[in-house]
Amino acid sequence: MEFNSLIDALPALLEGLQVTLKLMVMAVMGGIVIGTMLALFRLSNNRILSLSASVYVGYFRSIPLLLVISWFYFLVPMIIEWMTGKPEPVGPFISSLVAFTMFEAAYYCEILRAGIQSIPKGQVSAAYALGMNYRQTMRLVILPQAFRKMAPLLLQQSIILFQDTALVYAVGLMDFLNTARSRGDITGELPLFLLSAGAVYFVISFTASRVVMHLQKKLAIAQAH
Amino acid sequence: MNYNWDWAVFFKSTGIGEEIYLHWFMSGLLWTLALSLCGWLIALLLGSLLGTMRTLPNRWLAGIGSAYVSLFRNVPLLVQLFVWYFLIPDILPESMQTWLKQDLSPEVSGFLIVTLCLGLFTAARVCEQVRTGIEALPRGQRQAAAALGLTTAQTYRRVLLPQAFRIVIPPLTSEFLNIIKNSSVASLVGLMELLAQTKQTGEFTANLFEAFTMATLIYFTVNMGVMFTMSRLERKLRVPGLIALGGK
Repeated sequence: MEFNSLIDALPALLEGLQVTLKLMVMAVMGGIVIGTMLALFRLSNNRILSLSASVYVGYFRSIPLLLVISWFYFLVPMIIEWMTGKPEPVGPFISSLVAFTMFEAAYYCEILRAGIQSIPKGQVSAAYALGMNYRQTMRLVILPQAFRKMAPLLLQQSIILFQDTALVYAVGLMDFLNTARSRGDITGELPLFLLSAGAVYFVISFTASRVVMHLQKKLAIAQAH
Repeated sequence: MNYNWDWAVFFKSTGIGEEIYLHWFMSGLLWTLALSLCGWLIALLLGSLLGTMRTLPNRWLAGIGSAYVSLFRNVPLLVQLFVWYFLIPDILPESMQTWLKQDLSPEVSGFLIVTLCLGLFTAARVCEQVRTGIEALPRGQRQAAAALGLTTAQTYRRVLLPQAFRIVIPPLTSEFLNIIKNSSVASLVGLMELLAQTKQTGEFTANLFEAFTMATLIYFTVNMGVMFTMSRLERKLRVPGLIALGGK
């Protein structure tokens, strides 16, 4: 095997890795923000809000991510054109980012909902007794505890998201895997490039899941006290 | 916006004989179901074996189980698919290569490869569920079996596994739903399953929106069907006396 070809391709590969990480970080942040809102909607007393949030979650959880990515690739420019009135090419990065954010929000919502529901009711009553309103209760009392409790699951979901970003291959975005594959094709060293890419994904996910496991143990001890 | 809505597009002729676009979706659905079911068979068998191994007192067997899970859970599905599809066939023995690449039609050999890939990928997940199920059983079960003089093999076959499998039905259901959704990666190596047929219909008719809506509906319906069937099965097989399962 020609390791030189791998070294030559290093700048391109790093650029691809950057795209992957950028997509992941932005989708995680957006997904958690929307997911938190959805979780609050689902638990709200307003029937319309809770119903629409559960339809959203049910919808995204029952279709493949790859379908969402492919669909949004075509849908996002269409929506932008409809809103602004002029055709605007948005490219695969933006459409994938929207797809990942909206898709993952459904999964984050379920995690956060479980987190909120696991907080004892007395916490809400105590906050109200102190004169806090709903917003303050959620922002200052319930959500911080729910996030802390669910941190391992949120991180685990983010590791899954990291791996799933490879699916942007479907819309031709040059992320880490796609760069490795195309470089492998050009140089005729596909096995070397694919296996190296696999190794990089493995090391990142494996290390991250170890950290999550460690965190989980620490949290379990903290809660036991 | 210049988009020609046409919800009747599914009943239009594809231009090939009597075929209408709806037929494409049906054939795609059949491929999707075939991939998922065959992959699931591999996943269930291998995953149960590995999950059991992880709970055995033998360190080596437990180690193999956990190494497998680490490897298959930390590499993206698409990377695994590319390895199976582009690399593995080339390192097979000569006779198998000829069989896979020449004797079989590309459709069938692609199907076999994707099925294997999905099966091995999902096996790691099934393994974890089965292991959790076995570990969730009260310790007394294992001890009682030992006290009765059952061997390890008998303990698993008669006492632990029958209970573990019944309590892991809900998580296994969601793994099964996942394999159906994951089978859509087959479209990326040219297998004409549901997602690939959807894209093709979208490209042929320029009615992408309708095509994707149809695909969503089909996935949604399959999902509902599986959940309904599995919750009935779960109720039927519920272990009496366990709180988690709503028994008395």
